[in-house]
Amino acid sequence: MAGGSQRVYKQRIKSTQALKKMFRAQELIAASRIGKARARTAAASPYAQAITRAVSAVAAHTTIAHPLTTERTKTHTGRAAVLVISSDRGMAGAYSASVVREGERLIEQLRAEGKEVVLYAAGRRAIAYYSFRGRELTGQWSYGSDAPTSEASEEIADALLEAFLAPADEGGVDELHVVSTQFVNMVTQRTRVVRMLPLEVVEGVTQPGEHEAFPLYDFEPSPEAVLDALLPRYIRSRIFAFLLDAAASELAARQRAMHTATDNAEDLIRTYTRLANQARQADITQEISEIVSGADALASA
Amino acid sequence: MAELNVDLVSTDRKVWSGTAVSVSAPSVDGQIGILANHSPLLAVLRPGTLTVTAASGPAVTAEVTGGFVSVDDNLVTLVVDEITALR
Repeated sequence: MAGGSQRVYKQRIKSTQALKKMFRAQELIAASRIGKARARTAAASPYAQAITRAVSAVAAHTTIAHPLTTERTKTHTGRAAVLVISSDRGMAGAYSASVVREGERLIEQLRAEGKEVVLYAAGRRAIAYYSFRGRELTGQWSYGSDAPTSEASEEIADALLEAFLAPADEGGVDELHVVSTQFVNMVTQRTRVVRMLPLEVVEGVTQPGEHEAFPLYDFEPSPEAVLDALLPRYIRSRIFAFLLDAAASELAARQRAMHTATDNAEDLIRTYTRLANQARQADITQEISEIVSGADALASA
Repeated sequence: MAELNVDLVSTDRKVWSGTAVSVSAPSVDGQIGILANHSPLLAVLRPGTLTVTAASGPAVTAEVTGGFVSVDDNLVTLVVDEITALR
């Protein structure tokens, strides 16, 4: 009796069903975490807004050149730092791949401009990509990419600030670019490249409202000291915002990818069930014709 | 009487928000008190104790590790790095 192909199909159906369960679970987990990730993004925004407002207030009232806001013309090093923010885990469709691809494009462009690229990677996927290819990573963080903490972002920001403020012969960099993913909505996440340092534009500079003139600010202890305290915090909050945005994007990408995978698994199961039924029917037909022809042979003997 | 609108925010959340009569914050030059119609100010904070005397309800007190405070047009924004639970 030929039950071989039937058994193979049944096996495939079973394993596909097991996979489908896993995809479904991943999809549900991602879906339930997106809400939390977006709430965290919303919770962090008052801080970011307060800092931005303060920075623009200082920028509007003083004319101090701060090392973080000026191009390093005197101590030009020709080095540019690139921070690539990806995810720790896969199963998120093209999420990590597209961030890394965008990073490669940026690195290519910086090299074409004659700059030496200093690479930083956040998230295990990016770290694995670069270390597999034997590329040197100056800094790497795997920080739990779907729920970043402010401590993790502080660590990253401090390392980058240190590199930016370091003297030229100790590995200082001229500029810092960040490659990350922007959460637009549940179906659209966009990879983007932001030049973080030196700081250039400060969004939402406060306009004089009902007052005719800008209020004169008192700075304690001094405008320089205030700027010194503000700007690193501003960078930290920007990096934190990037990480949070990337986390929401990662989860959305994962949910979508897992939803598609579940659908595909269902399709496969349907196809295999049809094939298995066909094989069973063929087996039965064959058996009947064997019996009939056997009986015929006996009758005619 | 004019009141202060106070926002107290830390890195990952808004801690407290509301109207207040006065705010006392640990600036690097010493504890500063802020009342309504204070002149615009931007001050760096050192580790210390922060007190917000709310317009209604109990005063809010907390330990902070650093940050800054900005005052502009009776809008007080306290931005702190780390903050203990409110008391």
